[in-house]
Amino acid sequence: MRPAFMSSPRRVLHKMALALEQVGVAFGGFQALGAVSLTVQPGRVMGLIGPNGAGKTTCVNVLTGFQRPTEGRVILGERDVSRHSAHALRRLGVARTFQAGRLFTGLDVLDNLAVTGVGLGQSRHHAEVEAIRLLDWMGLTGMQSRSAAGLPYTDERRVAIARALMGKPQFLLLDEPAAGMSEPEAADLAALIRRIAIELGVGVLLIEHNVGLVLSVCAHVVVLDGGRVIEAGDRAAILSSRAVREAYLGADHPEAA
Amino acid sequence: MTLQLLFDALSLGGIYAIAALGIALIFGVMKLVNFAHGQFIAFAVFALIVPSTDAVAVMGLGAAPALVLVPAILAVGAGLAVASEYLVFRPLRNASPVALMVASFALGVVIQNGLLVAYGGRPKAISLWPELGKPVALLGAEVPMLQIIVIVSVLVVLALLAVMLKRSRIGLEMRAAAEDFGMARLLGVRANAVIAGAFALSGALAATVALVLVAQTGVADVRMGGQIMLVAFIATVVGGMGSLPGAVAAGFALGAASVALQAALPIEARPFRDAFLYGLVILVLLLRPQGLFAAASAKPRV
Repeated sequence: MRPAFMSSPRRVLHKMALALEQVGVAFGGFQALGAVSLTVQPGRVMGLIGPNGAGKTTCVNVLTGFQRPTEGRVILGERDVSRHSAHALRRLGVARTFQAGRLFTGLDVLDNLAVTGVGLGQSRHHAEVEAIRLLDWMGLTGMQSRSAAGLPYTDERRVAIARALMGKPQFLLLDEPAAGMSEPEAADLAALIRRIAIELGVGVLLIEHNVGLVLSVCAHVVVLDGGRVIEAGDRAAILSSRAVREAYLGADHPEAA
Repeated sequence: MTLQLLFDALSLGGIYAIAALGIALIFGVMKLVNFAHGQFIAFAVFALIVPSTDAVAVMGLGAAPALVLVPAILAVGAGLAVASEYLVFRPLRNASPVALMVASFALGVVIQNGLLVAYGGRPKAISLWPELGKPVALLGAEVPMLQIIVIVSVLVVLALLAVMLKRSRIGLEMRAAAEDFGMARLLGVRANAVIAGAFALSGALAATVALVLVAQTGVADVRMGGQIMLVAFIATVVGGMGSLPGAVAAGFALGAASVALQAALPIEARPFRDAFLYGLVILVLLLRPQGLFAAASAKPRV
């Protein structure tokens, strides 16, 4: 039987899932993604791993409206959102973080969150109230009036995640949030990601190079290589997959044999 | 004597700061150096008088009481700037910064020639609030009333602007847009409202400069915006392109340096004051090419 998270185009989607259906993306002659299907469920954390250039960020870009698919569809609930802009998708509850963080360094932490709330249509006051609550929830109390410019790396990542959580999104796509973190820092991040899924009911898609982190947090993992899904399943399925080992280590590697 | 110099420096620097802010605001949100800003100032000056090519200026709006005149002229400046944005810069929203800059030169030429047609090319004497020229004794110095009003108004304008940028919704959006316009748009910041707001503020600041210039010099000349535009532009460069505090600080610094040079240079060197002033500017830029306060967006990301 096909695992529930590996949706086929014919499967009736969960009402509020976010899914790629047979999505292909070509840049000129280069096929960045081919026939990729995956479904992010609310309240769950799905991992997306793969070697460099596998198409992970392209997947996130398609799911968040930054990149139009050349084939296939992006489905949110029952809507086809393939042609939606990034901002329209954000308003519909699909939020993301960026590899580079991209905080407004000229603004303090609170304003970084507040401007996001305002952009989503909240009043300044409501945006600030939600921002303060969110910072408290994330254990960043006391950081609100600090400039976003001088933040330590891990705090910068957390603030970027807090900013993405403004306006109560239904889905959060994290693009390599643990890059450059030490093991204890990554473990803290893992705990936060679990809380986001469980306490907020947000469906999380976690893109990471840190396979250990992904396997520790995600019940389900999709592995991309060369723009295609080469494996999908739970932790055991990924660890025992010959295709995954070949993709990461190369087919000729003795351990892959 | 020194106190008098201080007042001179503050009032001249204040005008430069307000003019530089008008340029820095627009540069901040859309990376446009608006070279029509000087013509915005000239337009606001001529809005005070009845259009005619006669040598003698007849006050129109300028005859109104200050409580009506000041808001009306600020509205004229803001309206002209917003109209320029809507008609000229909005269609060019995705054009290169160079194309935008050239368009702003063209807009300046159009406005200046419009004024020439309506008012003629001769400078006109115009007397706005002549009673403010009277000196008053303040802290042992003889200071023209106008100078005190200019300094106070500049401080009030700066404070209002700071509060607006800090506390209002549009101010927050402007600060975010000034740093990373693409990201701000992604987050849903209202791009059109932010840009129109920046132009409106910039136009109102140009009108503020216009009122001060007219009250000080008593002359309306279609070319009068050019000189102050040059100084204001230099102030924005020295302050760090796009940095609002930088523009203000550099405006005051240029005013202070100008007054100090005027006082300190030997009498035979004074005609060359501006050469010394711009020499200092070159020196500052050699030491800090990014300006005194580089805007956050101009810093390289590590």
